[in-house]
Amino acid sequence: MISVFIAIGRVVTDLVRFSGQTAVLGTEVLISPFVGRLRFGLMGQQLVRVGFGSQFVVVVTGAVIGSVFAAQSYYVFSSVGLETAVGSVVSIAMCRELGPVLTALMVTGRVGAAMAAEIGTMKVTEQIDALRSMGVHPIDYLVFPRFVGMMISMPLLIAEAIGFGILGSYLVTVKGFGVDEAAYTKNLKLFTDLDDVGIGMIKGVVFAILIVLISCMNGLLVRHGAVDVGRRTTQAVVTSSLSVLISNFFLSILLNYFFPI
Amino acid sequence: MMDLRNGQSSPPSGRDQWVLEVKDLHKSFGTQPVLRGLTLNVRRGETLVIIGRSGGGKSVLLKHVLGLVAADSGSIRIDGEELCGLPERKLSRIRRKIGMLFQEGALFDSFNVAENVAFPLFEQGMKNRQEIFERVRAALHDVDLEAHMAKFPSNLSGGMRKRVALARAIVSRPDIILYDEPQSGLDPVITDSINLLIRRLQEKYHVTSIVVTHDMKSAYQIGDRIAYYRDGNVYFLGTPDALKANPDPIIQDFIQGRSRPEHASE
Repeated sequence: MISVFIAIGRVVTDLVRFSGQTAVLGTEVLISPFVGRLRFGLMGQQLVRVGFGSQFVVVVTGAVIGSVFAAQSYYVFSSVGLETAVGSVVSIAMCRELGPVLTALMVTGRVGAAMAAEIGTMKVTEQIDALRSMGVHPIDYLVFPRFVGMMISMPLLIAEAIGFGILGSYLVTVKGFGVDEAAYTKNLKLFTDLDDVGIGMIKGVVFAILIVLISCMNGLLVRHGAVDVGRRTTQAVVTSSLSVLISNFFLSILLNYFFPI
Repeated sequence: MMDLRNGQSSPPSGRDQWVLEVKDLHKSFGTQPVLRGLTLNVRRGETLVIIGRSGGGKSVLLKHVLGLVAADSGSIRIDGEELCGLPERKLSRIRRKIGMLFQEGALFDSFNVAENVAFPLFEQGMKNRQEIFERVRAALHDVDLEAHMAKFPSNLSGGMRKRVALARAIVSRPDIILYDEPQSGLDPVITDSINLLIRRLQEKYHVTSIVVTHDMKSAYQIGDRIAYYRDGNVYFLGTPDALKANPDPIIQDFIQGRSRPEHASE
């Protein structure tokens, strides 16, 4: 029984320590542009890797989820004669929940893991010490450009996922099931407004901060060789994903208060 | 404590002044003490070789000199400027006076040879690409690797990687170069070429060099003075001839590579 408490205590202290370290990293990132050197080339590189490089996976995810959600909604709504409402349901869900969360999860898997592995490998091969030995601050060189790349890319990727989700829903509902196009579009416009898109964008910014800080922190915490790189990479993906899901719950409650449907 | 002449006396004046002063440095990792009140001064322009048993903390000392590891207590001064206790961002200026050759080279694996060597110049704000190229070419010429500019570190042998790392360490013309076991894992011929290179660079650029090594032949070949490091402190400090002539059995065992039964369990 005592060992259970010890195990729980260890998990809690690890979590508190990691949160503290991540908060310190966040502070360092925030002051970096004011006290360090801005490297626009590296920011551009990260923008391409995070934003442009994630296009395919985000477009496919958005389109498939929008299409599947539309099909399932159609089967339920058509039984009560509400099939023209499918567009608005899919649109609101994509803007407020599915677009931001699924995009963030896909980016975590694709980009967050790469960030942790890359920085972790640099750590164990003394490349980060080499950077420091040359007077280069690792936060300025490694973390801040990734932070900028993620902050710009994430909202745009979410917008893209939302757009393709709605397009998928349109194709399935109107072209596939033959729902009246005018009614579908009218309902979609009636129930979706800029607030819904705004919620998606705000969530995108929060998720971007969480993913980049958690992933980079895990990379920087690598200590012992390849096994630790693998362990920290997994940890980065798991922690980032859970953070996205849990923070999404609280963000949804908070943002629905400010932007009610 | 044996012969410490030339070591901790008052600083000489003029060109001979101490460039590095380490005083009463303590460092422990957990409960394991690594540096125990280490005191060591290094003259401007000399090559000081640090020898000692593996895992004793010689590389840790080099990392302290760069500020990569924070000391528990003590003082490290470079050109009279205190390093201990400075925050990371304020260390950058001091670090730019120092070049370091890491044990495994620590080359950036996503950059080719030329980009690796050019990196410190870009980071110091040099803009003129032609000038950067000339400096890179000159540094690679010094290490006989001018023909390998476009290769990536993964395509280089261990000796070549160390020479590229050396070119990166010297390209910004630092005042001090730290070498962390530059000969480890290399065959005798490449070891000799690295030693000649260290000597040549010292003569050409008059840099202060601190070399950590286990290789006694290299130590005699490149060192103006040799420090024997033992139990977290400097046990002997003197010229190579003084080291060879020292009758202390501990020193003689080490320099002649003799093990005793009591060492087998260590």
